[in-house]
Amino acid sequence: MVDEATKRTLAQIPLHKTKAGPRDGELWVQRLKEEYQTLIKYVQNNKEADNDWFRLESNTEGTRWFGKCWYIHELLKYQFDIEFDIPVTYPTTAPEIAIPELDGKTAKMYRGGKICLTDHFKPLWARNVPKFGIGHAMALGLGPWLAVEIPDLIQKGVISHAERAMNGAEDT
Amino acid sequence: METIESLKKRVQDLEAKLAEASKTITPQQMREKIGQMSSEVVDSNPYSRLMALKRMGIVDNYERIRDFTVAVVGVGGVGSVTAEMLTRCGIGKLLMFDYDKVELANMNRLFYQPHQAGLSKVEAAERTLREINPDVEFEVHNYNITTMENFQHFMKRISEGGLTGGPVDLVLSCVDNFEARMAINTACNEMGQTWIESGVSENAVSGHIQLIIPGETSCFACAPPLVVATNTDEKTLKREGVCAASLPTTMAVVAGFLVQNTLKYLLGFGQVTHYLGYNALQDFFPTMAMKPNPQCDENHCLRRQKLYKEQEAARPKEVVVEKKEEIIVHEENDWGIELMSETTEDELKAAEGEVPVLTEGVTVAYTKPEPPAQIQDEEISSTTEQSLEELMKQMKGL
Repeated sequence: MVDEATKRTLAQIPLHKTKAGPRDGELWVQRLKEEYQTLIKYVQNNKEADNDWFRLESNTEGTRWFGKCWYIHELLKYQFDIEFDIPVTYPTTAPEIAIPELDGKTAKMYRGGKICLTDHFKPLWARNVPKFGIGHAMALGLGPWLAVEIPDLIQKGVISHAERAMNGAEDT
Repeated sequence: METIESLKKRVQDLEAKLAEASKTITPQQMREKIGQMSSEVVDSNPYSRLMALKRMGIVDNYERIRDFTVAVVGVGGVGSVTAEMLTRCGIGKLLMFDYDKVELANMNRLFYQPHQAGLSKVEAAERTLREINPDVEFEVHNYNITTMENFQHFMKRISEGGLTGGPVDLVLSCVDNFEARMAINTACNEMGQTWIESGVSENAVSGHIQLIIPGETSCFACAPPLVVATNTDEKTLKREGVCAASLPTTMAVVAGFLVQNTLKYLLGFGQVTHYLGYNALQDFFPTMAMKPNPQCDENHCLRRQKLYKEQEAARPKEVVVEKKEEIIVHEENDWGIELMSETTEDELKAAEGEVPVLTEGVTVAYTKPEPPAQIQDEEISSTTEQSLEELMKQMKGL
């Protein structure tokens, strides 16, 4: 389900025009530039809205991405490492974002810590090929997932602030 | 640095491996390879009941099964059972691809056993299958086919992994996700490789198989994923706290459909179904033929369609192939609408694209908009003179 807040966030993330995946040579470089521009804009937007919540970087080929995301719960910051590969069929299929350190701690994950997306994500992505990119996957996939799962995991005592605080301190 | 925790885990793993190794059958216990399939009906002939298919007039030449190579992609609930059936049928060569490990959470399905937990699925499968039938040649790959480095290798093995170094005879998709299906689709369209897609729904009560002959039948990208309607209220199926359910029954039924059609395809008997669905709640089995979409997103699918048309045109006229009556489920319909429940009707209509002709009881998971003639300028992320390196640096500096 796309709520109004997510819709507003989405509207501010620039769309892509190059339909190219990692097997498409020069076109992929073009797409990768678009991805970076979009992500830079998205992170800047987040900072301006005082809602900075992730950082990402990739290998030089842009096929493997890694970074951090964080979530504020009751004024405390919880930080997680995230990673994903760009599939050969990108951007027809979305990247599968993973939080490996939470693998096995919640049922809302596939093996390897890939987050379980809602029924709405894939149709929405499919309707927006090639316009949606990594930024959109973060906004529509990881963002809502964290908002639902992290408070639940904290409440269940599966994750504690003590073990998450060290990473987070530098950014707060 | 290895932690005590990881070392403990390693000791555990090694102990498990050792315990397993001592259980495996010694070469003396394992039966000898059989040079030629015999029809002789004796207790010691593992092929007698299969060869009986010839005497019964079902299959002309069952021994040919040994000349064929099949690749099974994904050896989970459906794939492992599929591989076992093919092994018992005496297939010539079996390639298996999977990146996953056996887990205790898999024990509600068939094939794998608790003591194999921790082993890679392909490794565990190969060991078991080799014991069941040492005549089969196995080749296994423990990786994710959707990443760049593995995909190239995957394509190479599909095109060169056959018994005689040529392409495999058939690829069977037994994967559990859209990304992997699309990767197989891309590979098979590029190489003109025939494959059969299979799947079981996440609520475990429906499944399907679909034969894909690039250019001749609908490819996996020709239409949004098809779903077998189980006529349950979607709202009651909301997954509270879980990603997917599974039943050994539904998976075995689908694996059975898959291998049955594989045998028919390879050995040339009966009719190979283009699409066969399974609605477990009503025991309903929709079936249909599917033509490729002339507006498919996949360039290689379009190329194959053109090739197929040329071939067909060049072929001498044959008797008209019987055509199945298909019910059109076009026009006003309610599928997909709830997927976008906060979207207005107008937005939906505008976004809705061509819906393929489907048989009763099968729908598309969602619809896709018509490809826009041209993307408007305001949609485009602003172009820049910055190089990729500069952008990467800027991103890192944020």
